Amino acid sequence: MMMLSRTAAALYWLGRYVERADFIARLVEATIRLDALSARPAGEAAWLSALTVSYTDELFAATGHPATQAHVARFLTLEASNPGSITRCLEMARNNARAVRTALTREAWTAINRAWWLFANRASTGGATETLNLVEQVKGETRGFEGAIHRMMRNEATLLIQLGAAIERADNTARLVDVKYHLLLPAGESVGGAVDRDQWTTILQTVSAVTAYRWLYSEGLRPDNVIDLLVSRAELPRSLAACVEETVTLLSALAKRTGLQGEADRMARARLARIQKARTPDIIVGGLHEYLETFITENALLDGAIARQFRFL
Amino acid sequence: MGSRGAFDEIWGHGGPEAPRAEFSALSQWIADTPPEELQRRQQSAEAAFRQLGITFAVYGDSDAAERIIPFDIVPRMFLRHEWEKLSDGLVQRVEAINAFLEDIYGARRILDEGILPPELILRNEQFRPEVAGIRPPHGVWAHICGIDLVRTGPDEFYVLEDNARTPSGVSYMLENREAMIRLCPELFRDFRVAPVDSYPDMLLETMRSVAPLGRARPVCVVLTPGHFNSAYYEHSFLADSMGVELVEAADLVVDDDVVYMETIAGRVRVDVIYRRIDDDFLDPLVFRPDSLLGVPGLIAAYRAGNVALLNAPGNGIADDKAIYSYMPEIVRFYSGGEAKLPNVETWRCREPQALQYVLDNLPELVVKLVDGSGGYGMLVGPTATSAQIEAFRAALIAEPHRYIAQPTLALSTVPTLTDKGLAPRHVDFRPFVLTGSDKVRVVPGGLTRVALREGSLVVNSSQGGGTKDSFVLLGDAA
Amino acid sequence: MRIAVEHRSVYRFTQPQARIVQMLRLTPCDTQHQTVVSWMVGVDCDARLRDAVDGYGNAVTMLYAEGPIEAIEIAVTGEVLTTGNAGVLRGTPEPLPPALFLRTTPRTAPSPQLAAFAQDVTAGTDDPIERLHRLNQALHARFRCVPDVPDTGLTAAQAFAGAAKASRDVAQMFVSAARTLDAPARYVSGYRFDDHAQCAPHAWCEGWVAGLGWVAFDPVTGLSPDDGYVRVAIGLDSEGAAAVAGHRIGHGEEQLAVDLHVDQLGSEE
Repeated sequence: MMMLSRTAAALYWLGRYVERADFIARLVEATIRLDALSARPAGEAAWLSALTVSYTDELFAATGHPATQAHVARFLTLEASNPGSITRCLEMARNNARAVRTALTREAWTAINRAWWLFANRASTGGATETLNLVEQVKGETRGFEGAIHRMMRNEATLLIQLGAAIERADNTARLVDVKYHLLLPAGESVGGAVDRDQWTTILQTVSAVTAYRWLYSEGLRPDNVIDLLVSRAELPRSLAACVEETVTLLSALAKRTGLQGEADRMARARLARIQKARTPDIIVGGLHEYLETFITENALLDGAIARQFRFL
Repeated sequence: MGSRGAFDEIWGHGGPEAPRAEFSALSQWIADTPPEELQRRQQSAEAAFRQLGITFAVYGDSDAAERIIPFDIVPRMFLRHEWEKLSDGLVQRVEAINAFLEDIYGARRILDEGILPPELILRNEQFRPEVAGIRPPHGVWAHICGIDLVRTGPDEFYVLEDNARTPSGVSYMLENREAMIRLCPELFRDFRVAPVDSYPDMLLETMRSVAPLGRARPVCVVLTPGHFNSAYYEHSFLADSMGVELVEAADLVVDDDVVYMETIAGRVRVDVIYRRIDDDFLDPLVFRPDSLLGVPGLIAAYRAGNVALLNAPGNGIADDKAIYSYMPEIVRFYSGGEAKLPNVETWRCREPQALQYVLDNLPELVVKLVDGSGGYGMLVGPTATSAQIEAFRAALIAEPHRYIAQPTLALSTVPTLTDKGLAPRHVDFRPFVLTGSDKVRVVPGGLTRVALREGSLVVNSSQGGGTKDSFVLLGDAA
Repeated sequence: MRIAVEHRSVYRFTQPQARIVQMLRLTPCDTQHQTVVSWMVGVDCDARLRDAVDGYGNAVTMLYAEGPIEAIEIAVTGEVLTTGNAGVLRGTPEPLPPALFLRTTPRTAPSPQLAAFAQDVTAGTDDPIERLHRLNQALHARFRCVPDVPDTGLTAAQAFAGAAKASRDVAQMFVSAARTLDAPARYVSGYRFDDHAQCAPHAWCEGWVAGLGWVAFDPVTGLSPDDGYVRVAIGLDSEGAAAVAGHRIGHGEEQLAVDLHVDQLGSEE
C-alpha cells in the first residue's frame, strides 16, 4: 500500500522538528557553558549569537528583553510565542506524530509524547542548572526517539523521518558555523587569527564533536580544523558532508521502495559530488560565508524538490 | 438517590460480606489485594494511558484540553448466561435498527402503517432527505452500533440509548483489557474471560464484507476529522490495529464518482470508509457548505454505489432520542416479536398528558434534551436543587417537544476503588455490535462507564466518569 | 409553448484552481406539462460529468475538473415543450412525502413579522388553495422585483425586512410563510420566458394542497406559472435548489458572469 501524501509530509516534518528541538537544546546547553559556567563569561554576545543561529534574533528583539541568560534561555526553551523554541518544536513534532500515529511504533510515539509532557504547564526554566537539566532531558527523549526510529522497520516511514532530520541537520550545522564564524571575526582580521578558544569549543559542543575533533586533529584547537571537521568530514554525523551523503542514501532507499525518483535525487547527488570535491582551504579562501549561504539556499531548494517528489499536500 | 438499595453486581444486596455466589472468587480477590496495591496498579495503568496519549478533550474546558479518563482496576463481570441473553437482545435490536433505516430511506412502510407519527421523522433534522433513495452497498446501514445499557437487578437490563452514528469507546474496551492482563494476570487464571482482542479483525471483516461489488481486494480506510478531535486516539488505534490507512478529508478526492486517496505514488482507489466524522461535515456539496472537513463529491460516489460508508449517512434518525421511545414498536414492526431488551419507560413531553405527568413529578425524574448528548442538558431530579428543577420546568413549558423524561432508575453498582477504599459506584454499559453483509456479531465485552462520585448517576467522561474493564465469563461459576 | 434555453455561466478565478468539483442542478425533467426535447450540459475544459438523481428527485450532474483552471464555462442549451395547467403539477418525481416540506431551514426560518404577515393576509378563509393564492398576491403587491442578483445567502426573514427583491427572495419568503400556515411548501429554480424582462434564472415556489397536490405560485407575478416556465429543481430553500453547489481547491477570488437567453420557438398547444 502506498503511503498517503499527507503522512509522508508529516513524517518528514516530524523528523525536522525533532532534530530542530534537539539542536536548540544543544545550542542552549553550549551557550550556558560558554557564558554562565565559564571562567570567562561570554555575556550577551554569546546569547545574541544563539538567537541568530536559531533564526529568532528579530523575534527576541521585539520582546524588549535584554539578551541575558535568563531571558534568552527561557525564550529558546519555553516561549510559546517563539515558533523556534524547543516547546514549540516539540509541539509541532507531536502534532505531526499524532497525525501519523499509525506509521509510528508505540516506542517512537511515547518518546515524543514524553518530551512534550516535559514542557506541559511549565512556566519557568529556573537557573542555569535547572535549564541544563531540562535540556538534558530533552536530549534524552530525542535520543530515545532516534533509537526508536532505528528500531522501527526500515520502511518509507523511517526513511522519511530520517530524511527530514538530515535536511534539518544540514541547515542547523551550516547556520551554526556561519553565524559563529562571523561573530568571532573581529573587524579586519583574517581567518586563523586571534580567536577565542572557548567559543570554538562551544561550536564543537553544540554538535557533539569535541571528542571527534581530538581524534582527527592532533594540533589543538584551530578554527580551520573546526571548519574542516564541520563542513567536509563525513565521519562526523553532523557535518555538512555527512548530512549531504545521508540525504543521497535516504533518497535512494526511498526510490527503491517507492519507485519514486526525480528532481530531489538529482539535486542531492549533484550536491554530494560538489562537496566531495571541495577542499576546506579553498572554501575558506573563496569565502566561507558565501559558501554557507549558497549551501543553505540549496538545502531549501532540495526541501522544495522533496515536497514535490513525494506530493506533500 | 444514593447507592443504598441499588443492586451491586458483585456484592448483590448483601454487601462485601455476602457476595453473589458466582463472584465469591472476585470478592475474595478484592479482599485479599491491599487497597494500596490496587491503587498502585491503577496508577500504573493510568500512566500507561497517558504515555500512549489515550486522552480526550472536554468540551468547553480549554485548560485541560487533554485528560485521560480515569480507569478503575476492579473489573465488571457478566456471567455466561447473562451475556447470551443480552447478546440475543442486542442482535434483535440492531437488526431492527437496520431494517428501520432501510425502510425509512426507502419505502417508508412504517409511516404508511401508522406505527410512527410521520412528522416525527419528516420534520426531524436527523432524517436526511439528501440521502433518501440511496441504498448502501449490501443494504447495511448501521454497521457499528454501540447500545447503552443499564441494569437494575440480576436479570434486569434496559436500553438507555442507541448509538447508530459513530459510537466511540471501543479503544477503551481494548486498552483496558490490555492493562488488566498486564496488571492483574491472576484474575485471568481465576476466571475464563472471553477475549476481546479480535475486535479489529471483526471490524475489518465487516468493512470488507460491505465493499461495493466487483472490488476483489477492497481498500478500506478510517476517516478522522484530524488529530485535534477528542476521539483521535481511537481513530488511529483502530486504523493501526486493522492495518488500514487513517485518512483525513484532505487526503481524499472524488473524481468521476469514485473516491481516491492521495498517496506519494498518486491516487489509489478507496472502496470502504469507516468515517468518524458527522454527516454535516461529510460533503460540503450536499450537507454543510461551510464544512472544511468534508470531501466534495463523496455523497455522489456513495449514491453511485462506488463506495461504502460506515455508518451510513442519515443514521441519526435511528438513534434520535425522540425516536427512542418508539423502539419497542419499531422492533415489533420489523422483527415480528417483542423486544428482548426493554426500553426505559419514557415520557414524550411533546404529548400533553406526558408533559403534565413530567411537570408533576420532576423531583423523581430524569429529564433529557432530545438532541443533547454527553450528559449535557440533563436534569437528574433526585439530586437537583430546587432552582435547577424550576429552570427545567420553565424550559419544558416553553419547548416541550425538545424533552423526554424517564424514571430515576436504581442503576446497578460495581465495587470501585475510591479514596476510602472499595465502595459501590453506579455503572452503565456500552457493548458494540457489528453488522456486515453476512451476519451480526456482538463482541464479548464492551465499555463499562462508572460514575466515580458517590451516589452519582452521571457516567459521562466529560462529567467525571471513569471506565472499567468488562469481563464476559466463559464458564458460569468460578 | 416551445421554449429554447441557452444559459452560460462563466467562473473566472484570480488564481488558477487545482481542482473543481461541482454539483449542477441544471437539467429539467419530464412532467405531464413539460417535455424535454433536447438538453445539453457542457463545459469548456477537460472535465468529467456524471448524471444522477438526488434525494428530492432532481436531475443532478456532477462535474469534476482537474487544474490548473483559470476559468470554466458551463453551457446549458436545450428545448422544452410546455403546457399550462393553472399551476397544478402532475407527473413530477416525488420521492419524498409532502410533510417533509414543513421543515424550516436556516434560510427559511420565519421572523415573527413574516409569520404575522402570513396570518394577516390569509385571515378570513380556511380554503387552503385560496390561502396560498392570497399569500402569493400579497407578496407580489408588497415587493417590487428586480432582475436576478447574485445569491448573497439572504434569509427569508432578512429579505422580508427590506424592499426590492429578486425572485429568489420572494419565493423563499413564500415558502417560509406558507410553512407557518402549516402548508408544505418548497422552492423551485428554473427559467421563465418573458418578452419584457431582462433574462435571468428564475425562482418560484410550490405549495401542497391536500386533494389537489402540488401547486405552483410565482410571487413575482402574483399568479401561478403558465406555459412560459421551465421547472428545473426543487428544494427546501434557495440553497437546496441552487443551480450550482461548488467546491474548488485553490486560492484567490471567484467571479461569476451569467449569460441567459430564454426564447419562444412557437406555440404548440
